[in-house]
Amino acid sequence: MLSKRIIPCLDVREGRTTKGVKFKNNIDIGDPVEMALLYYEAGADEIVFYDITASHEKRDIMIDVVRKVAETIFIPFSVGGGIRTLEDMRDVLLAGAEKVSVNSAAVKDPEIISKGAEAFGSQCIVLGMDVKYVGKSEKIPSGYEIVINGGRTYMGIDALKWAKDGQQLGAGEICLNSIDADGTKDGYELTLTELISSAVDIPVIASGGAGRPEHLYDVLTAGKADAALIASMVHYGTYTIAEIKSFLDERGVKVRASW
Amino acid sequence: MIVIIDYDAGNLTSVSRALSHIGVKNLITNDIKSIEDAERIIFPGVGAAGSAMRSLARLELDIAIRDAVKIGKPILGICLGTQIILASSRENQTECLGIIDGTVKAFSESEVFQIKGYSGFKIPHMGWNRISLRTDHPVFAGVKKDDEFYFVHSYYPSPTDLNQVVATTDYGFDFPSVIGMKNIVATQFHPEKSGKPGLTILKNFSDWEPC
Repeated sequence: MLSKRIIPCLDVREGRTTKGVKFKNNIDIGDPVEMALLYYEAGADEIVFYDITASHEKRDIMIDVVRKVAETIFIPFSVGGGIRTLEDMRDVLLAGAEKVSVNSAAVKDPEIISKGAEAFGSQCIVLGMDVKYVGKSEKIPSGYEIVINGGRTYMGIDALKWAKDGQQLGAGEICLNSIDADGTKDGYELTLTELISSAVDIPVIASGGAGRPEHLYDVLTAGKADAALIASMVHYGTYTIAEIKSFLDERGVKVRASW
Repeated sequence: MIVIIDYDAGNLTSVSRALSHIGVKNLITNDIKSIEDAERIIFPGVGAAGSAMRSLARLELDIAIRDAVKIGKPILGICLGTQIILASSRENQTECLGIIDGTVKAFSESEVFQIKGYSGFKIPHMGWNRISLRTDHPVFAGVKKDDEFYFVHSYYPSPTDLNQVVATTDYGFDFPSVIGMKNIVATQFHPEKSGKPGLTILKNFSDWEPC
């Protein structure tokens, strides 16, 4: 049986992880390559890097990080943030990333999904979606709307429709981030995750709101997610990936227990 | 020297990096002479069967691969490379190399998926899964029962001769995830992306002397 994936997410700005990341031994680590190695050794099933470098001119720094990570860990990893063109995708994939994720660029120009899928294969293209609950309306029948700019800009697109469109265009996976749940540590947005995951055939990674292992259990069962993104709950040493996995395993969720 | 066959089918550097990491010399190439001189061959690939077959023919690599099979050179197929070793693929009804008799089937057409529907079974089969070895194979020495491997595919290999199924994997039903015969072993998963158990397989392959 396929294992549910546990995926740590690292925000990287100009080649350094942004949060004051502390592991249990309290060592401060700002090097994304070292962090990737630690998570690889600790049983991460995949790693997501999110490039929040503001300046497009400094993208080369991230490419260098990607290349070093690819030489260091031997599990899949994806890179998102600031991917705007086919050329951006190619740079990241050739540097060694398994997947590339597009978010606001795809909202503005959906063809980047189909072009990317055609050039590199659907399995490389992750559609990142930032979603906010706005209430059901004629324009947004599901009640969930696509937002960009960290939730500041509403795009007038229904999230359910966008997920189906994304699959149709050739996305191989969806990374579904709830802006409402993000940063709360109160749990993932289960209704949204279940809604999207049931509506598409491609895998869905749930993102936003993880604070405790129970939250992962909920989103991987009731939420029907195929994978769960985690950040602060492991970055600050509150939990190890092994602890999260044994919690899930004890409750009958299939996870990769040996690495 | 291990040669990784380059036929414009996806990013092959990850296989090369994994081999270098475990200290195995390797070369990514589409040069026929280098393939002839290679001690062993890795035949990887990501993408669609049709375009892959066209690239192989254009570069005359199909002949080089068949020759390598004939003279008993150790060959490791990975993912699309594994599928292409079979006779034909349901993916756009593509005729393949026919080195192992059988077809490449789509999950979406399998009986289980037709009956159970897609509920709980996303396509592609993407992520970590176990393998059940049907027979001892030197390339899988040291692989433990609960070790998992990274898969990403919508089609799977189905050899006619079940003795050529080295291992199966459960995704709604048991599909062949490793196939092989004589000097060929071919995995549907990506050993280069499967952490330590994957690296073990690559190391074993680099030492494998098929009888």
